[in-house]
Amino acid sequence: MADEHAARTNIRVQLRPIAFIAVLLVLWSIGIRREPSHLLPGPWGVVGGIADLVRHGLLLKYVVASLFRVTWGFVLAVVLAIPLGLAVGWYRRAEMALNPILQILRPISPLAWIPIAILWFGVGDLAAIFLIFVGCFFPLMLTAINAVQSIPAVYVNAGRNFGLSSAALVYRVLYPAVVPNLIVGLRITLGIAWLVVVAAEMIAVSSGLGFLIIDARNAGNRYDLVLAGMLIIGVIGLLLDMGMRSLEKVKSFRWGYSED
Amino acid sequence: MSLTQPVSVPAAVTTKLSVEHVSMVFERDGKSTHVLNDINLEVGDGEFVCLLGPSGCGKSTLLNAMAGFLSPTTGEIKVSGEVVRKPDPRRIFVFQERGVFPWLTVEGNIGFGLSKLPRAEREQRIAHYVKMVGLEGFEKTYPQELSGGMKQRLEVARALAVNPDMLLLDEPFGALDSITRLIMRGELLRIWEAERKTIVFVTHDIDEAVQLADRVVVMSARPAIIQQIVNIDIAHPRDISSPRYLELRDGIFQQIGLAHKV
Amino acid sequence: MNSLSEPRKWERFFWPILASALLLALWYYSVRWTGTKVFPSPREVGKGMGELLRHHVLWRDIVDSLRRVAAGFGAAVVLGVPLGLTLGWYPAANQVVNPVMQILRPISPIAWIPVAIIFFGVGDRAAMFLIFLGAFFPIVVACVSGVSNVPSVFRRAGRNFGLTAPQLLAKVLLPAALPQILMGLRIALGIAWLVVVAAEMIAVDSGLGYLVIDSRNSGKRYDLVVAAILMIGVIGLVLDLAFRRLEKLRSVRWGFRFES
Repeated sequence: MADEHAARTNIRVQLRPIAFIAVLLVLWSIGIRREPSHLLPGPWGVVGGIADLVRHGLLLKYVVASLFRVTWGFVLAVVLAIPLGLAVGWYRRAEMALNPILQILRPISPLAWIPIAILWFGVGDLAAIFLIFVGCFFPLMLTAINAVQSIPAVYVNAGRNFGLSSAALVYRVLYPAVVPNLIVGLRITLGIAWLVVVAAEMIAVSSGLGFLIIDARNAGNRYDLVLAGMLIIGVIGLLLDMGMRSLEKVKSFRWGYSED
Repeated sequence: MSLTQPVSVPAAVTTKLSVEHVSMVFERDGKSTHVLNDINLEVGDGEFVCLLGPSGCGKSTLLNAMAGFLSPTTGEIKVSGEVVRKPDPRRIFVFQERGVFPWLTVEGNIGFGLSKLPRAEREQRIAHYVKMVGLEGFEKTYPQELSGGMKQRLEVARALAVNPDMLLLDEPFGALDSITRLIMRGELLRIWEAERKTIVFVTHDIDEAVQLADRVVVMSARPAIIQQIVNIDIAHPRDISSPRYLELRDGIFQQIGLAHKV
Repeated sequence: MNSLSEPRKWERFFWPILASALLLALWYYSVRWTGTKVFPSPREVGKGMGELLRHHVLWRDIVDSLRRVAAGFGAAVVLGVPLGLTLGWYPAANQVVNPVMQILRPISPIAWIPVAIIFFGVGDRAAMFLIFLGAFFPIVVACVSGVSNVPSVFRRAGRNFGLTAPQLLAKVLLPAALPQILMGLRIALGIAWLVVVAAEMIAVDSGLGYLVIDSRNSGKRYDLVVAAILMIGVIGLVLDLAFRRLEKLRSVRWGFRFES
């Protein structure tokens, strides 16, 4: 009896977010009717837009194009920035030397590099990949530097005590000690990459989800497609974030997140 | 009778560790701090010695120098006649807190120093020490799921597993509650009697020192010198309400300058 | 944990200057050796910077960009902080709103450009809206997690002293959550700075982002492009440093003991 009651309340609690979404959708449809220009679509219009994209085979094509660029730019940045950042973090003088340069280059919006990207790589995939690379490189490098510097000295001393060689010390102590911090940095950076690719595609290439949005607007004010594109961007961004978060749950990494 | 004993070990025992005229000065931001002042000490093979002194007096610094993490400004530390220059798996340091690797399981931690052994032998050694420190059933557990006392036992097991000659323990039970601390002292003595390692144990707890050690080295505040070395001539297991125990303890209390009243 | 001993005093200046000089030399000689006519050398960039300063273009653009960031970020703080605190205070409300936030958050603020233009037309207000969106979600998320991470001992102690709910919020929860909230605000400000440059490239015709894209489009003045990019970096750095100053204030510093 009590169980049944609890189960019923539980379902009711779980239904609340759905009800909230439903209310928002209703408000949206009402709002659209009152909007004078009739440019913006209602919820059904967006569903229709997604259906249109699927029918023309554009959805998959553009999603793949965007993910392709993000993957390359992100992976290149990871491969270069993390080893470099770990080394720089370990050698104090290297960190002192590079810190001012990093601090100035980091807050430059990756999109400000667009003219330079186009100059070097032309309009196309390479320019977009370069922009994502630039957007990811500096945050990743700073994360790696920080991660090394915040390794508790106890672990390094314990490793040395057991007679590890330098290589073994890196592989068996330093690397596992920085992984939790690195994973958080990777997750945040992947979010930045996803933000940059959309912007880059609006300016520098002619395919991908960012291009879809700007093109749907410019070629005939198809705002149903604009909103469909935005929704898809949101969903994929969410999936990427959830994927990275699931890495944080791996048991041998999890110690790093429960400070006190 | 005098409580003070000579610095050297009795002739019947071979000297394991000798500290010769060790001084330590730290330079930082242009200021120099004098931490240790001409320390001389010998520790015999299989002996259990406690370094006792007020917080921040430099006893941990001395222990770190014995381990090879720090080198003395002047003087030398020798283990089995060899000058200590860097850390060595023959003398394992047990840290005040959180020295176990949080990314490894209990098994992984105990096996950390055993990677050169063949697999079968490694597993057998791990099992042996898991049992010795009473962590059976927790082999696959990560340290964050263990209690403070279990973590400390794990670190001792990790140290013992590589079969060192010496254990250097830096206030290992300082962060534990008083009941767990008592149990851990018993465990440590049991292990010491079974394995007969040389142990240097740093503490600021007078009772702890008198309960555990063969000899208690009393150090002064900074710059630390050895004030006195007290021989604890009571056989284990020690009765902590016996007159001799109380006499030795009160002697140290007086030496440090504390009125023994609350 | 760093590898080597404490650096000496002179090294504090020597290594950064050496690294910067090497970088400039590398830049200078690669421009000379490749014989490029388009990409500027460091000296040309310096001249370009001087030109911008003399014609007062730079000041106007800087002021425009900063004004947009201030308005958009300010609105995000004014709306996002109270909302985040409320959601953190009532976990039930947070459960209801969270799924919607999770979908909206990963949509790149840039992707809202077409929608912003419908709502506000091409101009300042569209850019401010985009900055607002970029900063709003990180701020709300930081406030929610800041409040829900306040140790329950603090709440109990507050109640024990007989505080009413508003007092509890003002005197206990806000100060306790402040370090995390400030960190969220700093990250949001970084995002705002990233978004304003992108928004100015697409949606308005003034500001540093516009300066970058305009210098390229009208006559390939790459010296001005690079000068403007550097300016973006320097201002971003100044904003970040100013915020870090705030975090260092004694009354908020307790929360940062794990940083340093």
